[in-house]
Amino acid sequence: MIWTLLDTQIVIIGALCAMSAALLGNFLVLRRMSMMGDAISHAVLPGLALAFLLTGSRASSVMLIGAGVVGVLTAALTQAVHRSGGVDQGASMGVVFTTLFAIGLVILERAARNVDLDPGCVLYGALEPSPLNTVTLLGWDVPRAMLTNGIVLLLNVGFVTLFYKELKISTFDPQLATTLGFDATWLHYLLMTMVAITTVVAFESVGSVLVIAMLIVPAATAVLLTDRLLGMLLISVAVAALSALLGHLGALHVPGWFGYPGVDTSTAGMMTVVAGGLLAVAVVAGPRHGLIRRALRQLDLTLRIAEEDLLGLLYRFEEAGRTATRPQMVAVLQQAGGLRPWIAHLALRRLARAALVDDASLTPAGRRRARDLVGAHRLWETYLDQHLELPSDHLHAPAERLEHITTPGMRRQLEDEVQQPTHDPHGRPIPRDETSE
Amino acid sequence: MPDLDLFRVLTLQDYNTRIVVGGVTVLGLASGVIGSFMLLRKRSLLGDAISHATLPGIACAFLVLGALGLDGKNLPGLLLGATLSGGLGVGAILLLVHWTRLKEDAALGIVLSVFFGLGVCLLRIIQKLETGSAAGLESFIYGKTASMIASDAQLILASSLVIAGTCGLLFKEFTLLCFDTQYAGAQGWPIVALDITLMVLVVGVTVVGLQAVGLILMVALLIIPAAAARFWTEHLPTMVVGAAVLGAVSSLVGALLSALLPDTPAGAVIVLVASGFFLVSLLAGPARGVVGRAWRQSELRRKIARQHLLRAVYELSEMANHPPSVRRNELLARRSWSPRQLAQTISAAERAGLVVPTEPNAIRLTEPGRRHAARVTRNHRLWELYLIEHADIAPSHVDRDADQIEHVLAPEMIQKLEALLLHQDRDRQPPASPHALEERP
Repeated sequence: MIWTLLDTQIVIIGALCAMSAALLGNFLVLRRMSMMGDAISHAVLPGLALAFLLTGSRASSVMLIGAGVVGVLTAALTQAVHRSGGVDQGASMGVVFTTLFAIGLVILERAARNVDLDPGCVLYGALEPSPLNTVTLLGWDVPRAMLTNGIVLLLNVGFVTLFYKELKISTFDPQLATTLGFDATWLHYLLMTMVAITTVVAFESVGSVLVIAMLIVPAATAVLLTDRLLGMLLISVAVAALSALLGHLGALHVPGWFGYPGVDTSTAGMMTVVAGGLLAVAVVAGPRHGLIRRALRQLDLTLRIAEEDLLGLLYRFEEAGRTATRPQMVAVLQQAGGLRPWIAHLALRRLARAALVDDASLTPAGRRRARDLVGAHRLWETYLDQHLELPSDHLHAPAERLEHITTPGMRRQLEDEVQQPTHDPHGRPIPRDETSE
Repeated sequence: MPDLDLFRVLTLQDYNTRIVVGGVTVLGLASGVIGSFMLLRKRSLLGDAISHATLPGIACAFLVLGALGLDGKNLPGLLLGATLSGGLGVGAILLLVHWTRLKEDAALGIVLSVFFGLGVCLLRIIQKLETGSAAGLESFIYGKTASMIASDAQLILASSLVIAGTCGLLFKEFTLLCFDTQYAGAQGWPIVALDITLMVLVVGVTVVGLQAVGLILMVALLIIPAAAARFWTEHLPTMVVGAAVLGAVSSLVGALLSALLPDTPAGAVIVLVASGFFLVSLLAGPARGVVGRAWRQSELRRKIARQHLLRAVYELSEMANHPPSVRRNELLARRSWSPRQLAQTISAAERAGLVVPTEPNAIRLTEPGRRHAARVTRNHRLWELYLIEHADIAPSHVDRDADQIEHVLAPEMIQKLEALLLHQDRDRQPPASPHALEERP
């Protein structure tokens, strides 16, 4: 398949639309209003129908105004039902957009049946033919969709730049915004107006699937990748642009992979699928919150606790004058803590590499570390016995958990609290810090 | 003969009308029941996401059936495809919510749009293949209420029975799940399994309803009747029954209207009838309606104004050398109320027999009025004393706080305050004011 100017233009139009939606989408996702795009894109139907009936014109400008007005109305009505009726935000959105859509359908069926107004045709633009509809700008033939979506992108960039500070504060802490004397309501409606305009313009030129997806998916991907608002905005816009490129390539080539050679599919649809794929990658492989990263962190913590338990075990064996083989230790740990054998083996290997354990006995460094741990454990048992009056057979379990998170400062405080005892409630000696001896 | 038409429609003599009306009514009933639980779970828009998420399943089923050499539009096959991909969508939502930091609304939107996008891709491929007639596949999602056939209605009836029955059996468990998930979990209920059961029911009703009545009507039926019923009661069983009735009645009336009026799409009319019920409930619902709440609020405001008036009169007549009758301008000076407010409050108090006019511009407490005023003043001063002694607030600052709380102190609270503050003097008279009364603006 040969890449033509048409393909380039499709990608550019798709990218412009996706980026303008993604930019605003960040605030929708953060404000937990992700479904607004979906609601608005359904609810604009009566606006389109009324605009047509009132003016008798099918010109895009008229349609845009009608749809924009209803888009803002959707946001306002949703808010009104939510506030005055105490109805859950999602439910009030559902009530409002289904009602408006139904009104639109009835108007279209009853009043516009004599004229040629096919909702499918007026409402749902498509990405692929959009470069063919051109306007002349400064002597150049520019696709109209490129122009309109470009203008919307500029508007949105301007809006976010101008109100960056206000958007940030009212998104993350509306109460703070109010106490600072800044009314978040008008900004909310301004944001909703921008969302409505973006939705309607994109809707008319490239279709509804794309805009609903692009309002949410890139922003959600960005949420998974960063904790900073500015970074989030940039990432979401980059994801949107990438989806446009990969989406068009995918639309041309992916059907071939599944045994439909020579068939291409909807670019807008494929863009949303690509965006979904990018999101899935972020869910799994995200650097800080990704599933892999989280599993590794979990494993690291498990290993650290297993290492410390092993050290404690070796120390107690030494205390009792016994020696243990590696399989014995693994068996004891498995029995006591439900530790899986492979984790115990891995922990032993890590201890050996850190020169804390030599084969199955403690090195001097290991013994110092183990003495601290066992000391902390027995101090905690003493503390729990003295201050919480737990029965003596209930002391071990909490101490077992607390010993891993006891810092030297905490340990000193503990010693003061329990008045420097020499033995724990079970009568075993509490090993002292070497430094304090 | 329009009258004859009306008669024919209302008595359901048309076989077609009978099927459509019966089908949507039962569907409305089942959606009302499920919708109530979804509303309380704050998952109303789940139906929206599921309906969109069925599209790729329908397209896949069509492709697979075609590849197997079967009729691509075989109903059970398409339903199976829709159910599987709807279920996948729900699974994806749950995974996103539990495994990532994304919130429920974002998860719904992601699944809705990505699945729908995939469906659009698949449909486009099907159209380009031109092997089988794909026309009408989209109507599977956009609905064809008026052309519902008997097998559709039977399917709706059967699945609605299953859904309503399951909800009835698991009513207690679902209630617990909706109101206190953590408590349910701590009590040992399998909350994940219950949640999944509820989701399966939603997927079931959505898939069945979707191909019969279309996406928007399905979304509306799941949300609007339940949201409307919420205004009428705080009692869950009543609400579920109410939502079922509202859903069924809206569908019945909507379907009949659409059969009577030419060129009205049944789905849209049903949504509008349901919205009409919602609007009425929003305004007039006794439990949470706007009118009822406004009435209760103004009732409270009137009560507070009356108590302020009584205390003002009591405190003025309590002063040394003051006659029992109090002039209007004295009262005006005591609080920041407008002359009109004061006049309204006074005439209301006169009607209630709490004060009587003595001169044209003066009033005096009656005996019931004096008792009531003494009680309010007593509450006020007890709270002032409490704030001074136990909250270390300066005497000059306690008046305003006590002013707000005096109206809502319960008798038990008063007893506690008395035990705490008044060691010797236990009569029903108000204690002396802890600050100088004349000091007030």
